[in-house]
Amino acid sequence: MAFGRSSRRKRPVEPVTLKILVAGGFGVGKTTLVGAVSEIRPLRTEERLSEAGRPVDDLVGVEGKSTTTVAMDFGRITLREDLVLYLFGTPGQDRFWFLWDELAQGSLGAVVLADTRRLEDCFAAVDYFERRGIPFTVAVNLFEGAERFPIETVRAALDLDPEVPVLLCDARDRSSVRDVLVAVVEDAMARADVPREPART
Amino acid sequence: MSAESARETPGSPRASAGAGSSRWYDAEAGPVVRPYAMTRGRTSSASRHRLDLIAIVVPEPAADDRGRDQTLSPEHVEIVELCSDMPQSIAELASGLDLPVGVVRVLVGDLVEEELVHVTRPVPPAELPDVNILREVINGLRAL
Repeated sequence: MAFGRSSRRKRPVEPVTLKILVAGGFGVGKTTLVGAVSEIRPLRTEERLSEAGRPVDDLVGVEGKSTTTVAMDFGRITLREDLVLYLFGTPGQDRFWFLWDELAQGSLGAVVLADTRRLEDCFAAVDYFERRGIPFTVAVNLFEGAERFPIETVRAALDLDPEVPVLLCDARDRSSVRDVLVAVVEDAMARADVPREPART
Repeated sequence: MSAESARETPGSPRASAGAGSSRWYDAEAGPVVRPYAMTRGRTSSASRHRLDLIAIVVPEPAADDRGRDQTLSPEHVEIVELCSDMPQSIAELASGLDLPVGVVRVLVGDLVEEELVHVTRPVPPAELPDVNILREVINGLRAL
């Protein structure tokens, strides 16, 4: 029964853990982004709808497994033995938003991934974070074949506050995603002096 | 619950998707043992606070006593094993054990009660971590 617990003698290190959310519309590249920097394959953790709050949900016309489980991507970046950053991809579909509140709690901030061909898909996420006073950074995922817009155009189209960082990224590219994450943490640092507004619901 | 979903209980063999052309078999149909059977029907544990997804589960010295294994369920033992290799977050455990997060919370709560593990408290909500930590995060990211 006992499978050798090998590292018993050594007291394990208890890392400080931090989390960053990755939000955006369905199919905008959240899984790709998490996978580009995570040291583990994007793990998927599932919460069954029946026990996760039974949202009013019409199951008809929704195919296969997604009717019973909601997957959320997450990744881990071990910055140091005692400092670990977790990334959580928020569920794309609106009806799983009850999960967001928990994910958002205690997070450093969020990335809203946007696709300029379907910018409206990320309105809901922008709205959510604005309303709750959670700092977020907008990262425009540069899909091949998608028209490139200046950052200011994107900012205006999303009606963002001037302090919200907006940058272009390639969700497949490790260094590009790293730059996005650095922007999120820098933004959090800039706000560290100003106490954050308590979350409103 | 909407009228639509009330008509067909999710999980019943009849609750096939869409036009009813497909049925669920094997893994598609979900686990043979309903997840909350492992918690004996409990949806919350005795411990006071809700465990955060990124709370890290760390084994206590008492967990080294293998005699304790016999009083635990296989899932409890598995959690202790996983954490002994390397302390893991609630989210990682749920993923590693292929169990819903809610179930893992209850099981870890049991282990906390038994003083076999303890759980780190992440930075409290609505509070940002120390600026020095943030700086280290940035440095760590840049070094990737």
